[in-house]
Amino acid sequence: MDFAVFLQHCLTGISLGGAYALIAVGYTMVYGILRLINFAHGDIFMMAGYFMVFASSSMPWYLATPIVLIATVILGVLIERAAYKPLRNAPRMSIMISAIGVSYLLQNLATYLFTALPRGYPTLTALKKIFQIGPLSASLVTFITPVLTLALVYVLILLINHSKIGMAMRAVSKDFETAQLMGIKINRVISFTFAIGSLLAAIGSILYFTDRMTVFPFSGALPGLKCFVAAVLGGIGSIPGAMVGGFILGLGETALVAMGYSTFSDAFTFILLIVMLIFRPTGIFGEKVTDKV
Amino acid sequence: MKKATTLLLILVMILSLFTGCAGEPAAEAEKVIKIGVFEPQTGENGGGGFQEVLGIRYANTVYPTVDINGETYKVELVEVDNKSDKTEAVTAAQSLVSAGVSAVIGSYGSGVSIAAGPIFADAQIPAVAPSATNPQVTEGNDFYFRVCFLDPFQGTVMANYAIQNGAKTAAVITQLGDDYSSGLGSFFVTAFNELGGAGSVISEEQFQTNQTDFKAILTNIKAKNPDVIFAPSSITTAPLLIKQARELGITVPIMGGDTWENATIIENAGADAEGIVLSTFFDEAEPATDEAASFITGFKEYLTANGQGEIIPAVSALGYDAYITILEAVKAANSTEGAAIKDALKGVEVVGVTGSITFDEKGDAKKNMAFIKIVENGQFKFLKTVTVE
Amino acid sequence: MMKMKKNTKILLSVLILIAAVAALWYLDANKNQYSYAISILQRSAIYAIAAVAMNMLTGFTGLFSLGQAGFMAIGAYTVAILTIPVEMRANVYYINGIADFLANLSLPFWAALILGGVLAALVGFFVGIPVLRLKSDYLAIATLGFSEIIRAIIAAPQLDRITNGSYGLKSIPAFSSVFEAFFIAGICILLMILIINSSYGRAFKAIKEDETAAQAMGINLFKHKSMSFIISCFFTGIAGGLLAVFMRSIDSKTFQIALTYDILLIVVLGGLGSITGSVIGAFLMTAGREWLRFFDNPLMIGGFQVPLFRTGFRMVIFSLILMAVVLYYRKGLFGDKEFTWDRMYNFFIRLRDRIRRKTPEKGDKGNV
Repeated sequence: MDFAVFLQHCLTGISLGGAYALIAVGYTMVYGILRLINFAHGDIFMMAGYFMVFASSSMPWYLATPIVLIATVILGVLIERAAYKPLRNAPRMSIMISAIGVSYLLQNLATYLFTALPRGYPTLTALKKIFQIGPLSASLVTFITPVLTLALVYVLILLINHSKIGMAMRAVSKDFETAQLMGIKINRVISFTFAIGSLLAAIGSILYFTDRMTVFPFSGALPGLKCFVAAVLGGIGSIPGAMVGGFILGLGETALVAMGYSTFSDAFTFILLIVMLIFRPTGIFGEKVTDKV
Repeated sequence: MKKATTLLLILVMILSLFTGCAGEPAAEAEKVIKIGVFEPQTGENGGGGFQEVLGIRYANTVYPTVDINGETYKVELVEVDNKSDKTEAVTAAQSLVSAGVSAVIGSYGSGVSIAAGPIFADAQIPAVAPSATNPQVTEGNDFYFRVCFLDPFQGTVMANYAIQNGAKTAAVITQLGDDYSSGLGSFFVTAFNELGGAGSVISEEQFQTNQTDFKAILTNIKAKNPDVIFAPSSITTAPLLIKQARELGITVPIMGGDTWENATIIENAGADAEGIVLSTFFDEAEPATDEAASFITGFKEYLTANGQGEIIPAVSALGYDAYITILEAVKAANSTEGAAIKDALKGVEVVGVTGSITFDEKGDAKKNMAFIKIVENGQFKFLKTVTVE
Repeated sequence: MMKMKKNTKILLSVLILIAAVAALWYLDANKNQYSYAISILQRSAIYAIAAVAMNMLTGFTGLFSLGQAGFMAIGAYTVAILTIPVEMRANVYYINGIADFLANLSLPFWAALILGGVLAALVGFFVGIPVLRLKSDYLAIATLGFSEIIRAIIAAPQLDRITNGSYGLKSIPAFSSVFEAFFIAGICILLMILIINSSYGRAFKAIKEDETAAQAMGINLFKHKSMSFIISCFFTGIAGGLLAVFMRSIDSKTFQIALTYDILLIVVLGGLGSITGSVIGAFLMTAGREWLRFFDNPLMIGGFQVPLFRTGFRMVIFSLILMAVVLYYRKGLFGDKEFTWDRMYNFFIRLRDRIRRKTPEKGDKGNV
C-alpha cells in the first residue's frame, strides 16, 4: 500500500469516525441520564435525512438546514414524551423494549411514507466541493466532519460543565431520585437531553448523508448500532469517551477494509465491543460503578 | 376489566384465525382462471418488483380472457407481496396456493423465487419468472420456468463487452449474503479470467447489506487501478456506489447487471451516472417483434396513466411476456390444471416483446442475446446487442 | 376466585387437544386448499419454541438476551447442511463446490435437528462464559453483537464450501407431514415447562427477582445463569432447524436482527414470564401480520379510494399496535400468569355477571 492510498484511507476513516462520534454522543447522553439504550436514535438520524430531502426540495439550503434541525429535535423530544416518559418507573427492560418498538415503527413509517427506494440526498454545493490534493480526492465535507465534531463536542462539554442546565443534567445522571428531591425538574432535563442528542444526530445526518448521498429507510439501522458500540467503547455516559469511541470505530473499520477483510467489517465492531465489555466493561473513560443492593 | 378485554381479544383473534385464513370461494357466474402474481412491492426490491407488476397488469388489460375448451375464461390476477424477504416469500407463496391459482408469475429477485420454488412444485403449480436470473431458480425444479437469460450468460456477456472495449483488468464488488449479486459477480470473475488470462480480476470486494459507506472499498480498488469495475447490486446500493466512486476520483467505467436499468439510479446518481454500462433484456428503440411494437405504444400510455415515467423498464416487458406465455400454455393445455399447464409450457412457442420464447429442458428460455446500454445525458442509451453461443 | 372441578378441567384440556388434532387432520386432508393456513400455523409453532426459549431466559431468569437470530442460524445451517440430499449437493453448492468431508455426510432429520440444538448450545456455552458476567443492557447488546458475528461468519466467502456463503442453501427436505412441526414444538415446549417447574427453574426465578439475595441463599449465580442460557440456546437452535425445514431454502439474510426483534415482540405481547402467553403470542403475531394484509391493498368505499391504504401501511399499523401494547399494556396479554381453565372460567363468570348487572333482573347463582 503506498502512502497516498494510506492517506486516503485515513481521511475516509476520520470522516466516518466523525459522523459516528456525533451520533454516539447522543447515545451516551441519553444513557447517562436515563440508563436507556435509545435504539431509535439511529432511526431519528435516518428521519433527519428524509427531512432534509423534503425541506431542500422547496427552499434554499440555508433555510432548510435550520428547519431540519428543529424538526429533528421536535421528533426526538416527542418520542421521549410518548414512548419513554410513561415508562419512567417501569423496569429497565420495558423501556428498552419500547425503544426497540419505536425503532421498528420509524423504519416502517419511513418505508410507508417514502417507499423503500433510495432518495437522493440534496447536494449542498458548498459542502460538496471536491478537493484534489495530489493523489487524494475528497469533498469539503470529508474534511469538515471531524473538525465540526471536535468543535461541537467541546461546546457540549462546556455547556455541561458550566451551565445551570448542564449541572442539572449531571445531577440527574448521578442520582435520579436525589436530584428530583433537590428540586430539579427531571422531565425538563430529560427533554433537554433528548433535544441535544437529536440535534447532534441531525447535524451528524447532514454530514453523513452529504458524504454518502442517498437515504433509505434502513440507512439508520447499521450506523445506529455501530454508534452505540462506539459509545460503550468510550465508556457510556462519557461524552469525550463517545467521541473517541466513534473515531476508533471509524478508523478501525476502514483499516480492516483496507487490509482486505471487508467481510468482517461489521463483525469487527461487535468483536471490539465484546472484548471491551469483558476486559473493561466501563469503557475507556467510564467510571467504575458499584452495584447497589 | 383489563383481563376481561384481554381474554376477549384473544378469543376473537383465535376464532378469526380459522375463518380469516381460508378464503371462501364465492359463487361464480362467469368462469375464471386465477393467475398468481408473486412479486415484491416493499423491501429491498420493492421498486423493481412494482415495475414488473405494472407489466403484468397491463398484459391483463390487453388479454383479459382466455379460451379453454371453447369456453371463455376471465383471467383474474391474484397479487401478493413477498417483501423481498425469503421468510415472507414462503407464506406469500402458500397464500397463492390456497387461493387456488392455476399458474404463477414471479418474482423479481432470484432469492424469493428460489424460496417459493418447492412450494409451487409441491402444489403442482407452474411458475414463470420474468426476471429471476440466478440458475438455481429453475435448477432441479420441473415447475419453474423463466423468460429471461441467466446469470452465467449475463456474466459472460459483460466480461466479453469489457474485454472488447480494451479492458485488461477488472475489479468486482458484490453484496455479501445476496445470491443475485454474489452469483453474478462470481460468473463474471470466471468469464473475465478465462478471456483475459488468469488473474485479470485484480480485486474482489464485498459489502454488507444496508451498508452505505463504500469509500474504504473503493479506495482499495482505486489503488489497484483496474480498467473497469463490475458491481452487480440492487438499485438501493447502486447510486451510493457510483457517486462515491466518482467522488474518490475513480474515472474508469462502472458496469452493472440487469437490475441497474432503473430510472431511480439516474435520478439519484445524477451526473455521476453518466457512462454507466449495464446489460438488460429489452430495448424499446428496437422493437424485435410486432408484439413489441404494439406493446411499446400501448404500455407508454398505460405508464403515463399510472403516473409513472416515460421509459419502459425491461422488467415490465418481461412481466408482459411471462403473462402471455402462460396464457399460451393454458390455451395449449386446454385446462386450468397446473400439471397440464406445466406440460404445455415445455412445448410452447411464443412471440413475445423480448423476442421469441421457447424453453429448454430445464425450463429456461432459450435466449442468447443481451442488450448493452449506457447512460448518456441522463438516459439509458442502447449501445449494442451481444450474442454468446 | 371460583374453581372448576379437576375432572372438568382435564376433560376440557383433552377436548381441546382432540379438537386441535382434528383441525390439523382436516387441514392436512385438504392440503392444497389450506396450505396458507397450514404454513401460518407451522411458522407460529416454530416461533413459539423460540419465544418460549427466549422467555425462559428473559422472563424467568431475567437475562435480556438479543442473540436469538444467531443461535437460530446455527441450528438452521446444521440441519440444512446435513439433510440436503447427497445427490442434490453439487447442484446447491453450484459456485465453489462442497467441502470434501461434507460431500457424503448426511444425517436423518431428527439427528440433524438435535445436533443443531447441541451445536447452538455449545456455542452458547462459550459465548456465555464472558457475556453472562454483564448486566442487563450490556448483556443485550453483547448477545446482539454475537448474533451478528455468527451471521458474518456464516456469510463469509472463506466458508463458501461449508455454508455456501452468500449463495444460500436450498433443496432442504420438507416436513414429512403437517403434524411433525407441531409435534416437535409440543415436545420442546413441554420440556421447557418441566425445566422451569423444576428446582432449577425456581433458582432461575430467584435470580430474576434479586441476584444478591439469590446468591445469599446459596444459588450459584454463574452456574444457573449459564444453564438457563445454554438450555435456551439449545431450543433456539431447534427452532432454527425447524425454520430451515419450513422455509426449505435459507441464507444468512434470514437471520438478521429483525428476526430477534420479532421473537422479542412475541414474548412481550404474550407477557414476560408466561409460557402460555408466549405460545399464544406467537400464533397471534404471525397470524396478525397476515390479517393485516388488507391494509396493503387500495380500499375503495363507494368509488372513493381511501388514501391511507397502500403498500407498507400494514407494517405501520402493526408497529403501532405493538407500541400500544408496550406502553399501555406493559404486562402483555398474560403478565407473568399462565393460562388456566380457572381463569378462563372466572372470566366468563364475570362476563356473565356484568351482562346481567346491566339487565334489570338479577339471575340465580349459576349451577356450579
